[in-house]
Order: sequence, then structure tokens, then C-alpha cells
Amino acid sequence: MAKRFTLKDPIREAHLFRTRAIAAAVLTTLLVFVLLARLVHLQVHNHDHFSTLSNNNRVAVQPIAPTRGLIFDRNGVVLAENLPTYILEVIPERVEDMETTLAALRKLVNVADSDLKRFRESVRRKRRFEAIPLRFQLTDEEVARVAVNRHRLPGVEINSRLTRHYPLGALTAHVVGYVGRINQRELNCLEQQRGCGFDWSDTSKELLQRSNYSATNRIGKVGVERSHEDALHGKVGFQKVETNARGRVLRILERTPPVPGKDLHLNIDIGLQQAAQKAFTGERGALVAIEPKTGAVLALVSVPSYDSNLFVNGIDSATYTKLSQSLFQPLFNRALRGQYPPGSTTKPFVGLAGLELGDIGPDDKQVCRGHYQLEGEERHYRDWTRHGPGVDVHRSIVESCDVFFYDLAHKLGIDRLSGFLRQFGFGQPTGVDIGGEAGGLMPTREWKRRTRHEAWYPGETLITGIGQGFTLATPLQMASTTAALAIRGQRMQPQVVRAVENSGGGNRETLPAVALKPVSVKESSNWDRILNAMEQVVHGSRGTARRIGRDAPYQIAGKTGTAQVFGIAQDAEYVEADVVKLLRDHALFIGFAPVDEPQIAIGVIVENGGSGGAVAAPIARQVMDYHLIGRQEEKKP
Amino acid sequence: MILDAPTSLRGSLANRLHLDLPLLIALLLLSGVSLAVLYSADSSRVDQQLLRLAVGFVVMLVLAQIPPDNYIRWTPWLYALAVGLLIAVLLAGIAGKGAQRWIGIGGFRFQPSELMKLAMPMMVAWYLREVSLPPSLKKLFAAVLIVAIPTLLIAKQPDLGTAVLVAGAGIFVLLFSGIPFKVLGFASLLLAPLAGMLWKFGMHDYQRQRVLTFLTPESDPLGAGYHIIQSKIAIGSGGLYGKGWLNGTQSHLEFLPERHTDFIFAVFGEEFGLLGGTLLLSVYLFIVWRGLYIAAQAQEPYGRLLIGGLIMTFFIYFFINIGMVAGLLPVVGLPLPLVSFGGTSMVTIMASFGILMSIHTHRKLLKG
Repeated sequence: MAKRFTLKDPIREAHLFRTRAIAAAVLTTLLVFVLLARLVHLQVHNHDHFSTLSNNNRVAVQPIAPTRGLIFDRNGVVLAENLPTYILEVIPERVEDMETTLAALRKLVNVADSDLKRFRESVRRKRRFEAIPLRFQLTDEEVARVAVNRHRLPGVEINSRLTRHYPLGALTAHVVGYVGRINQRELNCLEQQRGCGFDWSDTSKELLQRSNYSATNRIGKVGVERSHEDALHGKVGFQKVETNARGRVLRILERTPPVPGKDLHLNIDIGLQQAAQKAFTGERGALVAIEPKTGAVLALVSVPSYDSNLFVNGIDSATYTKLSQSLFQPLFNRALRGQYPPGSTTKPFVGLAGLELGDIGPDDKQVCRGHYQLEGEERHYRDWTRHGPGVDVHRSIVESCDVFFYDLAHKLGIDRLSGFLRQFGFGQPTGVDIGGEAGGLMPTREWKRRTRHEAWYPGETLITGIGQGFTLATPLQMASTTAALAIRGQRMQPQVVRAVENSGGGNRETLPAVALKPVSVKESSNWDRILNAMEQVVHGSRGTARRIGRDAPYQIAGKTGTAQVFGIAQDAEYVEADVVKLLRDHALFIGFAPVDEPQIAIGVIVENGGSGGAVAAPIARQVMDYHLIGRQEEKKP
Repeated sequence: MILDAPTSLRGSLANRLHLDLPLLIALLLLSGVSLAVLYSADSSRVDQQLLRLAVGFVVMLVLAQIPPDNYIRWTPWLYALAVGLLIAVLLAGIAGKGAQRWIGIGGFRFQPSELMKLAMPMMVAWYLREVSLPPSLKKLFAAVLIVAIPTLLIAKQPDLGTAVLVAGAGIFVLLFSGIPFKVLGFASLLLAPLAGMLWKFGMHDYQRQRVLTFLTPESDPLGAGYHIIQSKIAIGSGGLYGKGWLNGTQSHLEFLPERHTDFIFAVFGEEFGLLGGTLLLSVYLFIVWRGLYIAAQAQEPYGRLLIGGLIMTFFIYFFINIGMVAGLLPVVGLPLPLVSFGGTSMVTIMASFGILMSIHTHRKLLKG
């Protein structure tokens, strides 16, 4: 073909396009008519056929929720169970006149305005043949009253449902936690299989799937309920059901039963937990008790607490506001998340560091004039009293002399000091098997540069030596590090859950204790010195906790502590009476007993309690009494 | 006197905003249908859909303000970017639902094939705008290459539905350019054995299964044919006037799968019947007509060809979707434009309407 010179011809092109556009318009119209013809075919010609099919379309697959596993304490006391509760439900479609029915129901049972509001909202949002709950947790009397009147209330039904119940409510809220309605965030976590603080091991991923929750409406929110959601929840079941055209189930055709969740046995001794909570006598604070050899968490108390049952069916906003805005923070888990300066309770650890790293000898003595000064610095680092001459490492622990530890910390330097204490687990999460614990803080030069972009000052080393300054520890960490001290550097991971058991008994799997990297101390006499000093804190005539040792039938080792809540000016004196209660010092105590064969290690903090020896130590003593002798006494009479 | 029509000083609010009022009203109608049906199918998603619609309309409004000269200038770059992203997806995309379709940019997920739905017709129109139409065979071959490269890249992901749509967008532009029907007939003769090859080597099992299921849905009533059987029952039982809003039993009893996305027309058909279906189809057809009219009004070949391609893609969307839900066409996983619940494709569609309105409202008019 001869090469042709082509020139654009806009008019011809526009015309060409117009014909094509008309062709397209005709074609699309024809195709839409094809669709319409199809719709007529389906909706007019075959309408009867499909209507019948629709009415017969009655085999539906429904998921069945598994029963959640129970939670027991170490002695088999039930801490979390599933109770049948009665719900009053209304099916709008079958109600003749909604307003008269509601009025009649309100005469029979107590329906709060908030219930009514939620109900009316649901009526608008849901289908007319769906049962809509009006009241949860009916009492037996209310059930009876409605049942008697049912004949004149069509569309009103009473159904039972298993609801999570915590018989000991506030006593276990901070350990066991609670379940609540699944929210969108949790659904997303289940979909993506990460996040939300669940344990995402390979085995749990199989259970924590969105499809496995198709019939479940509650999920663990905090505590053991959250961290062991995978074990507790179980596997969803399915049933094929025949329904009528409006969705009512007529008959079950086929059923794959759900697999119930596993029961959990905790290390917690609920009696001990109760004794500890009572011992606080209204003070705020936290106590953690650990069995040193196994790491078993015997008690984990945070007071004040709250009734975990409030959250199961959704807490009303007034109560929630009251709880969450309370100055005393009952919802706050102090034992796991509260981070406090450990104060003088760090002294045995620092003392051990000094002996082990060779910065002090066992007989090195100091004169304590009640304050300490760094060379070339104006500032006075004060002691709580003048301990006078002849203060060695033993006396400095027994009588809690700050000056000795200022000096020792200065010799050690922050990096060695903090490196040694980290071996015990300060400044890092303990790895306890319930989620949400805080990590505490063991400062280093590098940490301060990274987070505050500032150099480390020598004065900060001094106050780190007495557990003040940046240092923070959780009550759980205090108990766990004390446990390590009690058994001379062996470290066990704290464990709340002791065993997992298939529901209905049998196949009980005890979880093994997990050993952590032990603290390296070459000279075993160093342990003797520190532990002996701690024993003298309680049993010595000048020990700061001597008042709990006086009549103890077993040997206790311990250390008191006081943590400043606010700073005192250089020239001011701390006078307790002048300080508002909420600014008063925190009282601390760590200890274990019996000294020879430690069975319980305790960390306790009383917020704004004042003195560790007077306030915190007696609480620990009561808990130890219960654990070591209390039960024998119970048996006697 | 030549005016930029409509000028910013003259005309109604819609004109001043560079919007085409009849189209805008039709699009708003569809959005209303979307929210109403979604409320019935899955009320928890209404808020999200409202947000997405709002984003879509904002995108349309913004794109309508940009004079078409800019689109012409940007076209080759946009096309190059889209091809580059498609290659990136193949190399480093995040596997989503077993196929590599997404690319992550700073925690934000993006589907480059959506961009290609716009870039493809733009590029073909850009290429043909200087060419004397109808194009010679040589030019035609080059244009086919422009269509083929991204199509193959998307088909490789594998996302056959989108690949067909993207290719369609380009091919429609070619059709509007006036290629003789002789060439078309010849091409389809060539393509027939190619389709056979595709069936044998180019398709995944699940894709083949979809075609087979389409041919005989009743053969597998509880498996793959379930979708079609249930959606036919839903539509058919709707009858002339439908069961009424919120009263569709098939959808509410959860017999109908994917009732908020691809199968939303089944919910609509059950609740609003033939009457509703006819009205909805009329709105869609009106949009197509209006689009073709606007294309014919365009003064430059670029605008004409691009609008023609975009509007026919829109047609394909709803035609295939309703066809598949009504059991006329295989289940290919296309949403019902603007009505189905879904994010990216909605924004793409609104963007194409934005470009369309820009071309229409920035015409140079002779004041009479």
C-alpha cells in the first residue's frame, strides 16, 4: 500500500466519534434490557418458584459457643465460674402492642430507664423476628412473676444463658481479671492474629481465630482471663438447623458439639490472698508473695480493688466514671503496673554488689554524721538519722544507714551498680504469665543519654544507691528479686497459673517452673553476710523491723524502706504531721521466711503509709503467719 | 467571544464548582441507595461507607477543578508510575488473600491496579490524540501494546477481574477511536484460541472453578454454586414490589454470602423487587448516556476518547456485577459501583467522574 500522508480532520473525527457513541448508547441500552429481562424472568415468571424456595430455605448453619474454662486457686476454690442467668427477651414481631407490653412488664419486673433506652435502640436496629434482651440477670422471683403472666404477654420470653461469675469479686479482680463484650479492636486482633496482649504462640493461633469466636460474645479483658484466653475459650461447635421462613429454629439436623475451654488451676492461695487484703486495713498498696523455689505466685494483692463482676455485662457509665476517676484508683493494678522507688529495700542488693565486686570489705567501717557530701559539691545528701561511728555493711543494712550506701554507690559507680542489680531482674519485666506488667527502671548512663539527652551526674549515683532517684520497681519485681535473694541467686520466673486441666477433670497438665539466669556471686560468704544482716533487721535489737520479729515463731529476713513521694528542700525537715496524706512517703518492706528454708518471699508497699517498719512490715508478718502457721492452727480446734 | 464555560462568575452553584448537575444528582441517588441497602444488609458498616462516599465525592470535586490540559500533561507520567508500581507489587507486594495486589507505603495500603484503571484509558487517549483517526494498523499495534503490558502485569498477580476491567478501559478507547469493525472481527478470530490457552494454562483452579460453577451452579449447591443459587432465590422471591426495606429474609437469615459487598444487589432485589431493580438500572443507564453525551460534546480527541473509555468501564462494572448476581454471568468478584461496601474502587470511580466533569466544564464556548 502506498504511503499516505494523513492530516488530522477534526470534523470527520468528531463525526466518527459521534457515530461510535451512538452505537455505544444503543448497545448499553440493549444490554440493560437483557438484565431487565433476566430480572423479569426471576422476579415475575419464576417468582412463585423462588418464593417457595425462599420459604423452604430453612437449613442454616449456626455456631455454638463453647463453655469457658473454670479458674480455681491452688486449693480448688472456684475463682471464676459460669452461672446460668435469666434474660428477659422480647420478639417485636410477635408482640401485639409494644407499649402496653412494656408497661405490663415494667409492673412485673424492675426495668431501669437505661435498659429501656438500649432496648428501644435495638428494636430499631434489629430485625423484627430477632429476640431483643430487655433485662439481664433476672432474680428467681422475677422469673416466676413473668412466667405466671406469660399467657397474656405474647412475644415475651425468658431465656437462660451462661454468664461469667467471680464469686470472690474484688478479692481476685487484679489476678483473675474479667471478661467483657468483644470489641472491634479485639476482633481485628483475632483477624490479624497479633496484638491485644494475647499470647500468640503457634498453638494459641489456632484457637484465637475470628471464626472460632463466631458464637462467642465475651472475651478475656485483663488478668488471667486475658493472658490465658486461648486455653479458657475452647473451640466453637456448629449445628445445622431447620428454621421456618422467619428464622425460628424448628429442629436440629446435625450437630458438631463445641469443645469446652480448659480449667485453670492457679498458684494463688485464696486464703493467703484474703489474709493479705485484710492486713492492709483500708490502706492503699500492693503485696506480692512468691514461693522462691518455684516462682509460684501465692498472692497478688492490689488495694483498693473493685468487683470484677461489674464488667461482665458491661458496666454502666456512672459506676465506671466513679471507679476510674476515684483518687484511690481501684482499677489500677498496683502489684503489676505500679512503679515505685524501692527506697532502702535495695540496700541488701547494693551491699551484696559492694562485697562481691570488692569495693568494700566486710569489716570496712564508716562514721555516719547524718549526711554525706561529694567532694567539691555544696549539696548535702541527708540520712534519716545520725548512726554515729563504726557503721559497717552489716549495721548499715540492719539500721538502714544512708551515708554508708551513698559512699558505696559512689565507689561502685552507676554502671557497675546498675549492672549488678539488673542480674536480679530490676529494670526489666519479670516475665510473669499474666500480661500488662510494667518493667520498672534501673537507670544507667546510657539510658539517661538516650531518653533525656543529658549526662549522668555523680549525685544521681548516690541516690540510686538508696533506691531513690530514677530507680523504679513494681511490687511484683520486689517480691521476685527478694525470692532470688532468699535462695541465694537462683531465679525463677513468677507464675500465676499452676496447671491446665481438661474440663470435667482428667488430663491435668502441670506447668513446669521456669528457671531464669542465676545471679553470679562467687564468694558464698557474701550471701551469708547479707542474709544475716537482713535477719537482724527483723530479729536484731536495733533492726528497723524489730517490732515484727519480737514474737515470731520462725526466723524472718527482711528490709524496710521508705520512698519519697515529693522532694524536700535542702534546709527543710520532713515532718510527717505536716504533710498531707497523699504526699506522705510510701512505706515498703521486702522479706522472706523461714530464713533456713525459705517458703515465702514478699514485697509489699503501702502508698503514703509513712514508715516501712511500722506499717508495711506488719502486713508482711501477717501474711507469713498465715502461710507458715495459720493453717495448722485452723486444724487444731 | 470565547469564554471558559461556565465562567466562575456565571451560572448555578454546580456550574461554578465545575460539576455536571444531572450526573451529580444521579451519583447522589446511588449513594443513597448504597446507604439504605447497607443499613439493611449490615448496619454496622453504614458509618464507614458514609465516610468512604464522602471521601469519594471530595476526590471528585477536587479533580473536577483541575483544567484538562494538566491531565494531558500528566498522563505519560501517571502511566509510567502505575506500571512501575505494578512491577513493585509483583516484586515486593504484601500477599493479601493469597494474591499480591497490595503495596505498603508507610503503613498505608494501596492497590496500584486501581490507579491503572484511570491511567490506562488516559494513556491510550493521550497516544491517539495526535494521531489521525481512525488509526493506522501500525499505530493500532502500538496502542495495543500500551493496553497489553499492564494487563499482563495485573493478570500475573493474579487478579483476573481487574485485568479484564483495565484492558477493557483501554480497548473501549480504541473502539471509540474508530477502528474499522473488520479489524475487530479479525482480532476476535485471533483471540479465540488465546482464550483456550488461557483456560488451560493461565488460570488458577479457583478461577476455572468459578466458570464451571457458573455453567452448572446446581451441581454444587453447598459449595461453590451456593452464592448463585442463594442470590437467585433472594432476587426471585422479591417479586414485583419486593419484600420491603429491612424485611428481606434471605439476606437477614444469613443465607446470602458477601451480602454487603459483591452480592449487595441480591439484597436490593429481594427488598425492592423488580420495580426497584428497574429504577436502579435506569439510574445507571442514565449515567452512561449522560457520560456518552458529555464525551460527544468534548472538543479535543483526548477528552472524547478518555470519557468514552471511562464511562464504558463504569457500564461494564454494573453490567457484570448485576449479571453475575442474577446468574447471567460467572462470579468474577466485581463490586456494584458506588453501592457495594468497599473503599479503593469507590475512590477510583469517583475520580473518573471528577476527570469527566473537569473536561466537560472547562470547554471553550462561543458566546452566542
